[in-house]
Amino acid sequence: MSDVQILVENVLNALTAGVLIGCIYGLMCVGLGLIFGIMRVVNFAQGDFLMLGMYAAYYLFAGWGLLSFLGPYAGPFLSAVIAGPLVFAGGVLVHRYIISRVSGLRTAASLDEGHFGQLIVTLGISLILQNGGLILFGSSPRTVRTPLSSSAWTLDVPGVDALIFLNQARLVSALIAVAVAVALYFMLERTRLGRSLRAAADNPTAATYAGVDVDRAHRIAFGMGVGITAVAGGLIATFLSYSPFVGLDFVIIMYAGVVLGGMGSILGAFWGGLTVGFVQQFSALFLPPQLQNSAIFVVFLLILILRPQGFFGRSAERA
Amino acid sequence: MRPGASLRLRRHGLILVALLIVYAALSAVVTNSYYQLMLTLVPIWAVLGLSWNVFSGYVGLISFGHAAFFGIGAYTVALLQINLGITPWIGIPVGIVVAGLAALLIGLPTFRLRGHYFALAMLAYPLLMAYLLQYLQYHEVTLPMEREAPTYWLQFSDPRMYTLLALVLLAIAMAISMVMENSRFGLSLMAIRQNELAAEAAGINARRWKTYALMLSGAMAGAAGGLYACVLLVVTPEAVLGMLVSAQALVVALFGGVGTYWGPLIGAAILIPLSETLHAELGEIVPGIQGVVYGAAIVLIMLLAPEGLFWTLRDRWGRRAQPTGAAMAAPVAAAPASPQPPAAKPSSGRVLLEVRGLSKSFGGLKAVDEVSFSVPEGSILGIIGPNGAGKTTMFNVVNGVLRADRGEARLDGQNMVGRKLHEICHMGIGRTFQVVRSFPRLPLLDNVLVGAYGAGLTDDAAVTAARDAMARTGLTHLADVPAGGLTNKELRLMELARALAGQPRLLLLDETLAGLGREECDAVLDVLNGLRAEGMTIVIIEHTMHAMLRVADELLVIDRGRVLAHGDPRTIVEDPKVIEAYLGRKWLKQQAA
Repeated sequence: MSDVQILVENVLNALTAGVLIGCIYGLMCVGLGLIFGIMRVVNFAQGDFLMLGMYAAYYLFAGWGLLSFLGPYAGPFLSAVIAGPLVFAGGVLVHRYIISRVSGLRTAASLDEGHFGQLIVTLGISLILQNGGLILFGSSPRTVRTPLSSSAWTLDVPGVDALIFLNQARLVSALIAVAVAVALYFMLERTRLGRSLRAAADNPTAATYAGVDVDRAHRIAFGMGVGITAVAGGLIATFLSYSPFVGLDFVIIMYAGVVLGGMGSILGAFWGGLTVGFVQQFSALFLPPQLQNSAIFVVFLLILILRPQGFFGRSAERA
Repeated sequence: MRPGASLRLRRHGLILVALLIVYAALSAVVTNSYYQLMLTLVPIWAVLGLSWNVFSGYVGLISFGHAAFFGIGAYTVALLQINLGITPWIGIPVGIVVAGLAALLIGLPTFRLRGHYFALAMLAYPLLMAYLLQYLQYHEVTLPMEREAPTYWLQFSDPRMYTLLALVLLAIAMAISMVMENSRFGLSLMAIRQNELAAEAAGINARRWKTYALMLSGAMAGAAGGLYACVLLVVTPEAVLGMLVSAQALVVALFGGVGTYWGPLIGAAILIPLSETLHAELGEIVPGIQGVVYGAAIVLIMLLAPEGLFWTLRDRWGRRAQPTGAAMAAPVAAAPASPQPPAAKPSSGRVLLEVRGLSKSFGGLKAVDEVSFSVPEGSILGIIGPNGAGKTTMFNVVNGVLRADRGEARLDGQNMVGRKLHEICHMGIGRTFQVVRSFPRLPLLDNVLVGAYGAGLTDDAAVTAARDAMARTGLTHLADVPAGGLTNKELRLMELARALAGQPRLLLLDETLAGLGREECDAVLDVLNGLRAEGMTIVIIEHTMHAMLRVADELLVIDRGRVLAHGDPRTIVEDPKVIEAYLGRKWLKQQAA
């Protein structure tokens, strides 16, 4: 094989890996984008809800083994999906007792719309979840093992004589991620609940007058946002090992995706996450492993500084 | 220095010195080395908290990334000692400089961002640095023990020496914070936090002050980090650049109180011993307890006392002490009278403001469309027009908030279009905004002083200008009342005084009478008439016609961005075109009433 062929093969593999990981990142970002889009709250603890999703999947499948009867193929993925509602419930409680007091109509009229308080409260929640996770789950790395994690389908690309490897766990995860994202999209566009959520986002005060319970809408949006990200976490858990502090690595990825997609745009968040997945996989071609994450940071900073309104979707809020 | 600062500084300085002496005496009797370490860490984290407060507390932009500066200080000290054999005595000052410069570099691009975006961007810097250091194989740097001449290497066998050093650092950081809060630096930052646009319009170069604040803040954090490295002797990215460090900075400041130098001190004194003791007693059994306590402290403080312990306690204590203060202020309040206008200066007839063909569009909407008018010196021009007619936009274009698409605006012949907001203020234009924002806890005098500082007056001249401005607006008797206790009318006059304190030649007033009752309105109008009699030139946007008829020499009617009519108020009011096109029903209704 010539050097060119090796390069072509590497690029093609990075491309497919980027698409697969990107779809999962996309779902993760949709969760965060939903919260920001509807509540205008920057949830700093989103990465830690992702971590909760990972551990929920772990305990459902491996730890307590409630779902182990489903076998090593269906079990891990179903656990990931069920992690969603579990974390949703947690998110609803967190909103009910903490977030709602520093957001929504309550703070809409204050000096900075309460952003100061929201950022800091979610930072506090993040610290509690990370360190509480350390107490409850321990620091040893976990993973939700499935035979699919270490096997791949191969695709023969005609013409260039290159082999593309599709990690099976990632492929299945990516498909589930897209399915969840599409389901959410239809829920928002077609159902009554979706309409009330969007109404609460557009103009909370007017929505209140129109009979929408904005506080409830926000609570559902927050729960769904963290729940969706938790599903993405459960999916990632099938091919990555993690500890309670894993959220920090992902929170930057999520914000990079959401900012890239234009803060406030839920669809944009998916495309943003997909792009970040690409950047990450492509940087692996050129950068040593320790610096791959820093590539995301650099991209994140560049996006923020050069184009804070994002590349996709509508411009939500100019810096 | 702000008025009264020297007295306040002396008093607070004495309290600080007393506290430091007590603390030093306390640490002298502690022999347990772990608790001694804790006593060393309290002042170090307090310095980091002060550093965060100097920037985020006053400017109002939240930094999630102060670990960046802390880490730079720590790594500078460690790497200089290991690679170049330079003692921390020099390493710490170098670290301070490097951290300050890093703040300059970080600020350059990051100050383009506000709110969420700024906080998120700041978060990325320390994490990025941590990855880079890991890549460069600096994931654990140990300062070598120097057996010979330990003092030269800032190594002491007696841990109490570290505590003493940390206290010295704290004393310096406190002194800097105290001077800053009481100077024009602090006041300018607070003005930016309140309303950046209004601060710029008052002549404050927001970008420059923010950069200075971040550099000072970075330098202070660098100092804390440098000493931290010497105390712990091991530097890892996690320990000096991690999230917990940035959180620490923010938590001690928030817990204690934001925007006051006592805040981080109180926060550190309570939280550090609490979490360190928990860590020491339970850390083995429950490893994450420190983080949980911090998280819970943040959440609770934001829910229960969002401004921090200091302000909550002070406000509660202050409210109890209030009645006497209010009673004292009340009788004086009955005395305001508009200042006696000096002999009216004849209007020179010279044109002060000349606007030609000014245009501004937003997409397809022509907000200001070929507007031309001129204002003779010493006259009042009233601008009226329905909501959304483009009145405020026109002000924004004239004084540099927005950039004109076409046309020109000249003040005394000098072109203003294309200049920055604070530069235009320095040319001699004062402006008020529809929404008044004050520093509720600061006395009225300080609130007015912002305008004088913005104009670049020296400290003494600024106080004189502010007092003069308050006399001209009839606020002298309220000079010491906190702005939070003023009425709507007094706040409007305060804003007027703030603009006057910058000693402008032209005042742009945006709905100064909004929300005022008839009598309050008349009082403000008297002030305006008084100002004109002194020769001031004023352009005022207003909705109420009767007010305009009382003060305006000329009226400019704007509708959908265009000039509809311009001339003598009485003629305008009777101009059938204006009545028909705009005033019509509204005016007739008013006539009927």
